[in-house]
Parts: sequence; C-alpha cells; structure tokens
Amino acid sequence: MIFAQILAGGKGTRMGHVQMPKQFLTLADKPILIHTVEKFVLESRFEAILIVCPPAWLAHTQAIVKRYLHDDRVKVVTGGADRNDTLMHGIAYLQENYDLTDDDVVITHDAVRPFITQRIIADNITAVLNHSAVDTVVPAIDTIVEGEDEAILNIPIREAMYQGQTPQSFNIKTLVKAYDQLTTAQKATLSDSCKICLLAGEDVHLVRGENFNFKITTPYDLKVATALVETRD
Amino acid sequence: MLNQVYRLVAARQFEVQTVEELMTPTDIVVRPTYLSLCHADQRYFTGNRAQTALRKKLPMALIHEGIGTVVSDPQGDFQPGDRVAMVPNTPTTTNQIVKENYLPSSKFRSSGYDGFMQEYVCLQRDRVLKIPANFNSEMSAFLEMVSVGVQALTQLKQTMDADQRVLGIWGDGNLGYITATLAKTMFADSQVIVLGRHQDKLDYFSFVDATYLVDEIPADLQISQAVECTGGLGSEQAIAQIIDHLHPMGTAILMGVSEEPIDINTRMVLERGLTLQGSSRSGRQDFETAIDLLSHSDVTRERLQNLIGVTGTVQTLADVTAFFEQDLANYWGKAVMRWAV
Repeated sequence: MIFAQILAGGKGTRMGHVQMPKQFLTLADKPILIHTVEKFVLESRFEAILIVCPPAWLAHTQAIVKRYLHDDRVKVVTGGADRNDTLMHGIAYLQENYDLTDDDVVITHDAVRPFITQRIIADNITAVLNHSAVDTVVPAIDTIVEGEDEAILNIPIREAMYQGQTPQSFNIKTLVKAYDQLTTAQKATLSDSCKICLLAGEDVHLVRGENFNFKITTPYDLKVATALVETRD
Repeated sequence: MLNQVYRLVAARQFEVQTVEELMTPTDIVVRPTYLSLCHADQRYFTGNRAQTALRKKLPMALIHEGIGTVVSDPQGDFQPGDRVAMVPNTPTTTNQIVKENYLPSSKFRSSGYDGFMQEYVCLQRDRVLKIPANFNSEMSAFLEMVSVGVQALTQLKQTMDADQRVLGIWGDGNLGYITATLAKTMFADSQVIVLGRHQDKLDYFSFVDATYLVDEIPADLQISQAVECTGGLGSEQAIAQIIDHLHPMGTAILMGVSEEPIDINTRMVLERGLTLQGSSRSGRQDFETAIDLLSHSDVTRERLQNLIGVTGTVQTLADVTAFFEQDLANYWGKAVMRWAV
C-alpha cells in the first residue's frame, strides 16, 4: 500500500504574531493546507492520505477538510511535540489501522508547500518503491557555507550541494526500525526525517524538486506565494 | 486547485505560472500524457506570427493535440486511469445553425486560451472522450488532427454535388496524409489522388490511387471534388491548380492556413460555378466520428501510426524547448512528446 502523510503539525512561530498556524492561513481563497492536500487527492494510488495536525487544531482541521475535500481517503490525526514526533504519530496511526506489510510506503509532505506537482509526487512513488528512503531536492543556487561562532568552517563545492524539500518518502518498516535506533537526544534534535534513515546507514535516493515548491514559513513567503498565483479567468 | 501551467512568454521561452483553477462540480481533471505538436504551435514558438497577435495571445500554454489520463470525475462516469482524448475547442454558447468550432465565442486551446502544456487540464465534461484500449497512445495524441480531417470531409459531403468519382487532395504533409487516409474510408468508392511538391513525401501515400508532383500534373486531369491541405503561400498555387482541374460545379474545401492574404482567380470560380468552402478546427462530434472510424478500421489506424515521427519524453522546460527545436528539423511525420513535466 502507498500512503500519503501531510505534516501539518507546525505552530507557525516564524510567522510573527499571527495566532493561527501558517498551514491554516489563506492563499488564493483557501487554507494553504487544503491546496496541498488537493494535489494528493488527485493521486489514485494512495490508500489513505493522513493529515497530522496539532492537537489544539484538530477540530479546525476536521472542519476545513469537511468543507473543501470530499474524499474518504483523507484522515485527520493529531501530531506530536516536534517534526519527527509528528511523523511517527502518523506512522503509529497507519500501524494501528492497516495491516502493513514489508512493502508498504509513505510519502510525507509539508502542509506549507502547496506548489507540489503531480510529477514530484509520481517520482517519489516510483523511487520509494525501489529505494527504502527518498528525499526531494533542488540544486543549491547560493553558495552553502558551514559556520560556527561567526566564522566559516567550510565552503563545500556548490555543485555537490542541494537544498532539501519535501516530499520525503519511506519504506515504513525501514523508517520505524531506523527511528527506534535513535537516542532520545537524536530524536529531539533531528530536523530532517531523511537523516533518520541516513544515520541508520540506509541509502537515501534523490528526486528532483522544483524551486517553486518552496515552504511558506514567513510573512514574506506568504506574500510571494500570493503574488505567484493567478486566477483562471 | 493550484495548477502549474507551462506557458510560452516569448519566442522560444517557456515559463511556469501557478493558476488557481475555479472548477465546477461537473468538470473533469485530466493529467496530460502524450502531446502532439502542430504547425500553429511552431509558429508561436518561433515567433513567426504578427507581432500584434503575439502581444495579444502570449503568455499562453501551447498544444491543442493531446491525450491524458483522468484523475478526477466528480460524477463518476470516468474512472481514475481512464485514457481520454481532450477536445481543444470549448464552446461557451450553443447555436442551432453554426457548428461549435465556428462560433466566435468558442475558446480554442493554444489560440488565446491555455493549451494542454499544463500539470493538469480541467475540462468541461463534454470535452473528454474515452479512447479504445487498442489505440496506440502516440497516434491517439494527434486524434485532434484526425478530427479536423473528419470535419473537412464531412463538410465536403454536405456541400458537394453528386459527382464522387475523383477526389483530389493537394498537400503532401501531415494534414494531407491524414485527410487522404480518412478519404479512403469516408469516400470508399472514390478514386483518391494526392498532389504534392515532394516525391519522397508522396512515396508515403502508397494507399491512394495516384500521386502527382504539382509541377507535373497532366493537363487533362479532372477532379470531381478537391481538398486543399497546403497552407502558407503554397496554398495560392494549390488553389489555382484546384480551380484549373476541378469539374464545373465542383467543391473545394480549403484547410491550409496562410499568414498572408493570397490571390484567388475568382473569374474562373464564377465561370465554372465552383464552391470554395473553408474548414477549420473541429468539435466533439468530429472526435466521436474519428474514434468510431478508427475503431472499425485496423488499416486506417496502421496508416496513421506510420505518421508518428519524432518521439521523446519531456521532464523539464529545457526538454520541451529542445523537443520543439527537434521537430523544426524534422522532415516527415508528427512530433509527439510523452509529457512528464
């Protein structure tokens, strides 16, 4: 089975003094989250599409899903304290509600990347059916600098650098096994789900993203996203 | 739904634009799979249109010949995965007399209205037709052009007199080939003659009754009815020859597009009582007829499959640009790209 998991657990702390988490803010007359999920609904191979939201926003998420989406495959569940905890809450839901096999996979995606395309989703599905973990990336445009205490430690060769996006896709069994191997400190500090598999020694395959598949994190991003969308006349 | 639309913004330059699609509860969403290039697309791509037309119509997604896979039908008539043809003409009104493709209010894709170079195409439900399982996908990509040929030959049947002995088709390109192929079925009892400028192209027309180079037409050749499939300035010479060789009271269907006005010898048109009728684009009915006709004729499908020229998969806009350039250098056949952008 192929599952989708939309990570909507963010609290929106980088959005300034906005009370509502960023995934619920409006872009082109709809919540950003809804735009994102609409793209996954169009992929018929998904057995279920989980939306993992903050516990305090469960009722709100269920309400907007009911208003905008009409697909029984969409399920709303609550997430955890941080990104990886939220991811694993979704995985736990799948384990409890489906008879998972060794071949089952999950395509995870940030709720605040609504410009995801059919091609990226399809490429992730194809890749994760052949590799245990998949990351979506774009070549780095800016030079990447590694630094500490206001000093450069290293300037890696740009041609070998990529910027990570989502989806990130996993063989579910491999992901669970790799996560269980992490220490509590690692679980708390890891900001990237693919690194869970990387630390466990798994091969992580790369899929090409798009520069416009960016994450709406700040008020500036939302302005850019709003300016990018044209309404069909 | 946020949709990525890949538009031509200037000659040889494509850019992506996110468009919020405002769909009705009956619209069907199709993922394009195979797209076929037309000369009209190439005229936009190369900037070979009047500057006023380019300013008015661009930015715009190109391509009006293509098929796709249904991903969503709210009414359930189509299932996800169904392979369908997409009708590029989109009527906004109905008329008892004027066909949908001649209504000025109709929107035509890749002519002032976004074509099929999109992540998803949202279509009115009567703009989608299921393709039989035994149809080749690359051939099906240019079903629209087949429907244009059906439209022209249907118009001819409705307009012409009773003389069906000899049908003359001017033009040895893609449209001439498709029209000749259809004529062998739609005018089964007629002698089909093709006239063109290139012997090596005329050699592909092995299924017609005779071919002639346009500078070696026998002076005594008599044509019952004619179809002009040349376009450009070549259509002037073709129409002049049609007028010379057409029986009195014969009908000529004109299909070739010319950017420049051309001269027509109206004295001889009047003297012989000829009918010149324009034919452009097609409607749903023509698609239905085309699919039905191909379903019942293996040999017609085989002949059309022989028209598949350049093929390839495109994943990026750079691939698309390269594919258009490749088609420009292509001598024979339709260019069909597998759409994976």
